[in-house]
Amino acid sequence: MRYLPKSPSERQEMLAAIGVDSIEELFQTIPEKFRLREPLPLPGPLSEMEIIQYFKDRAAENATDCTSFLGAGVYQHLRSVVTDAMVQRGEFLTSYTPYQAEISQGTLTAIFEFQTLMSQLTGQEVANASMYDGSTALTEAVLMAERITGRNKVLVARSVHPEYRQVLDTYAKNLGLEIEEFGYTSSGQADRKALTGEKLANAAAVVVLSPNFFGVLEEIPALADAAHSGGALLVTTIAEPVSLGIVRPPAEADIVAMEGQAFGVAPSYGGPFVGVIATREKFVRQMPGRLAGQTTDTAGRRGFVLTLATREQHIRREKATSNICTNEALFALVATVHLCLLGKEGLREMALQNVAKAQFAIAELEKIPGVRRAFSGRVFNEFVLEFPRSVKMINAALLREKIIGPLAIGAHYPDLTKRGLLCVTESMPRTEIERLATAIRRILDSPI
Amino acid sequence: MSPANYPAGYRYTKDHEWINVEGSVGTIGITDYAQHELGDVVFVELPKLGAQIKTGQSFGTVESVKAVSDVFSPVSGEVTETNSLLSDSPEKVNQDPHGTAWLIKVKLADPKEVISLMDAAAYQAYVDEKTQEQSA
Amino acid sequence: MNPKLTETEAPPATIRKAGRHVNQNEGLIFEKSAPGKRGMELPPLDVPPVDAEAALGREFSRGAIEGFPEVSEIEVIRHFTRLSTWNFAIDLGMYPLGSCTMKYNPRVNEYVARLEGLASAHPMQPAEVAQGCLRILHDLQKCLLAITGMDAITLQPAAGAQGELTGLLMIRAYLQSRGNPRKKVLIPDSAHGTNPASVVIAGYEVQNIRSNDRGQIDTDHLREFATQDVAALMVTNPSTLGVFEERIVEIAGILHERGALLYMDGANMNALAGVTRPGDFGVDVMHLNLHKTFSTPHGGGGPGAGPVMVKKILEPFLPIPIVVQKADGRFALDQNRPKSVGRVRAYCGNFGVLLRALAYTLAYGPGIRQATEDAVLNANYIRHHLEDSFDLPYDLPSLHEVVFSDARQKKNGVNTMDIAKRLIDYGFHPYTTAFPLIVPGAMMIEPTESESKEECDLFIDAMRSIALESETNPEIVKTAPHSTRVGRLDEVTAARKPILRWKP
Repeated sequence: MRYLPKSPSERQEMLAAIGVDSIEELFQTIPEKFRLREPLPLPGPLSEMEIIQYFKDRAAENATDCTSFLGAGVYQHLRSVVTDAMVQRGEFLTSYTPYQAEISQGTLTAIFEFQTLMSQLTGQEVANASMYDGSTALTEAVLMAERITGRNKVLVARSVHPEYRQVLDTYAKNLGLEIEEFGYTSSGQADRKALTGEKLANAAAVVVLSPNFFGVLEEIPALADAAHSGGALLVTTIAEPVSLGIVRPPAEADIVAMEGQAFGVAPSYGGPFVGVIATREKFVRQMPGRLAGQTTDTAGRRGFVLTLATREQHIRREKATSNICTNEALFALVATVHLCLLGKEGLREMALQNVAKAQFAIAELEKIPGVRRAFSGRVFNEFVLEFPRSVKMINAALLREKIIGPLAIGAHYPDLTKRGLLCVTESMPRTEIERLATAIRRILDSPI
Repeated sequence: MSPANYPAGYRYTKDHEWINVEGSVGTIGITDYAQHELGDVVFVELPKLGAQIKTGQSFGTVESVKAVSDVFSPVSGEVTETNSLLSDSPEKVNQDPHGTAWLIKVKLADPKEVISLMDAAAYQAYVDEKTQEQSA
Repeated sequence: MNPKLTETEAPPATIRKAGRHVNQNEGLIFEKSAPGKRGMELPPLDVPPVDAEAALGREFSRGAIEGFPEVSEIEVIRHFTRLSTWNFAIDLGMYPLGSCTMKYNPRVNEYVARLEGLASAHPMQPAEVAQGCLRILHDLQKCLLAITGMDAITLQPAAGAQGELTGLLMIRAYLQSRGNPRKKVLIPDSAHGTNPASVVIAGYEVQNIRSNDRGQIDTDHLREFATQDVAALMVTNPSTLGVFEERIVEIAGILHERGALLYMDGANMNALAGVTRPGDFGVDVMHLNLHKTFSTPHGGGGPGAGPVMVKKILEPFLPIPIVVQKADGRFALDQNRPKSVGRVRAYCGNFGVLLRALAYTLAYGPGIRQATEDAVLNANYIRHHLEDSFDLPYDLPSLHEVVFSDARQKKNGVNTMDIAKRLIDYGFHPYTTAFPLIVPGAMMIEPTESESKEECDLFIDAMRSIALESETNPEIVKTAPHSTRVGRLDEVTAARKPILRWKP
């Protein structure tokens, strides 16, 4: 077998050196009745070519040659091939967690750069080395707020991504955390007026997403004021961080929980992605996840180490800030390389292109009779449109034309039927936007 | 390990805390033995002023790079002062554990509680025994 | 250039595996930044341009991001390439890290993960155009169930720790459905730190139970502590000492007769795959670490995946969504599961990691047993050749990993960390130091099946040489490593005065 570097004679040599006759003898501690006598009924073994064929066949069963207008927390952006060239290097790909700093300076330096970039983007003072994804980063940020304030209620805007709220709920149920949702206004923004003194009384945090699930930008400074007036923290989630190239960062938030997938990570059917928590320096000891810190060696040379490890499970065990161990380091590296390539001007330009494409799409689609924006708030690259017919039906017809249309949001928001969420990034050609508009017009013209 | 000088007027616990009582106020810290076991101290977490603490309860932690130790209170009472020196200079716990690196001052709920604690001689003997056990 | 070498000694000639080589210095990317440099150019805009402030409104607009890097493509390539050369990696040599299973990361896995229709798949695309992804998940599920001998599975958890949490949530939901979720979970003192941390997040209390003098779970202690308040025991099997829990059936029995469940941390599955199935010896729920046993790359700390397998009684409580195959043979995601514990992360899981694990499993097929046998052979071969040099605190048969201690070397003031650092000079990554907690001065060694006899022999030579150095020249061990770009780093200052980002 090509992954096993031993010849049959070497195996014999090694067994002889140990003084056993057969490999079976080394498994004696497993009770005999549990030792399998037959090989497991597994498919394979496949050669490399057959493996590739298997997965090519699977790829062909997916959306080949479709144009997708889906966003909803996972974004298709342009990426450079340079990113993969770096991340595919064996010294990054096949290296371990940098606990042994002397032989992990490559990883640690890159993590330090990642932490810096995330802080700069979010307007916060510090950031960690990654969480699993945006949804779990949000959950951990809420738990952080709970620890910091000593309060156990959380006010979550319904304009936060439904799946993020579901994850928070799963964790909260077992930790005595009370989740209370509050609604949104006709602008599509979280309803600040719902944050009364009474509601905030025992709240550890107010949680919003920006741009939110409807694509609408939230007014962070006002939300922060509201939260703080009641003694709560403001936790802001960001699922589309390319927006930070042009949208004001949530500097007034106390904790930011971000999803970094939009920074060069492939959609890959939902993962692996890269979550991040960024916050103020005074909260750093309550922050979960690994942290790379700068220091010097005995000769005074600059180097980096994992630090503040006493927050983590391997030292504090049941009193740890989180149970997280393995994180998303490789994808933090993807984001780091991608952002270094884009740079200050490139990220801004990319963000601006997103805004331009989205404005163009809105204008084109609103020309269709019966189609209009559902919310009036400012958007980045996603928006909700109201249609005269069921979105599911429109999408079924669009799919026949190889277009994956807007996400029907009625399932998650019963008051928002016949509404679809559309995303248009810089990667969407104008001709495809026009094709979408033409197709929808035709579908709506034809009898039901 | 060189024998430490455990101040005569202090009282000591099995978990290596010391308390120095003056009137109805007790000053609490960790002993030289404790700081030595911990290694270089990097951070000290202390309770808020006014906090009510109980005998045997943890009121804070002392951290090194690789370990965290709870600090247990030898008495019950209300926290009247915490040592602000330690937030910028946690290394004082290693340098002067019995003096300038005290952790908190407590208004004693029951001053008689300290009578059952070890005195300096008893604590020295306790620590000597522990040291012997470890090198055996 | 490392000045320390002229102070002490150059590494002795007996180091066969590693030599010296010039490697490039490199600052932080921010230090190379200058206005006007770009690393990536975008295609021109094909729609009318907009003014940002006009489109977003002034209150939402941002100026330039202060301090954000501005560098060219070549500088990015040089920067990260130079950084990469400072790392050790599996592609370079052995990581004898106990409990991490640092095996070869097959390159075909990277290739298939990047296939166009798979890498670009959006998790919310309609099932009819996601059949390929769903089938991959379905096929992996079948393989993992066959390997573990369990009945049902979720692929959603993003790492082992999240898998532990998910399993505990399912245990809670199951016990709750029978009237009483109970309060505590038993954890052996030899357990990995994620175990007790996960217990607390699941809303349970940790109750530690001790190991006996064989490093195994003390069944008397277990009987005493497995009260009606106990929901489960979390066991790692083989244990973190690399030894099979010989009384696992008795342990399962004790728990089951008291209405509690047995959770198995599958981190050490590399000793069992193809040889035995946890479902057969009484495990009710377990997780696997795909980034350990199933070869997905560690990438400097992650990603991973921690799928959870359960017996039928726990199936109703699996997180949503689950992958189902309908009567017509097509696949779908089922979210309609009223008893589910809920969702543990957005979308259906770390699909890219799951895909790689499937590619690995397909490469071996039924022959996966051979990998397990080679892993156990390597560990025993290394153990046999080091028993003369190092103290073996628990003299029990090892499976895929062995735990020594630094007791002998301690007499000369050399401890496990020092030996580990010296191993770096010999061209290896250190073994796992200071874990499990029940062995003071632990040295946990797991070679995996990916190591050739040659690499194992080089490792043995290195360890023996260091043992000798510990007696004849302890200073060179205590001040190691000598051959790296940086020496031992000041972790104390890094923790006292953390500097966690670059500032201009």
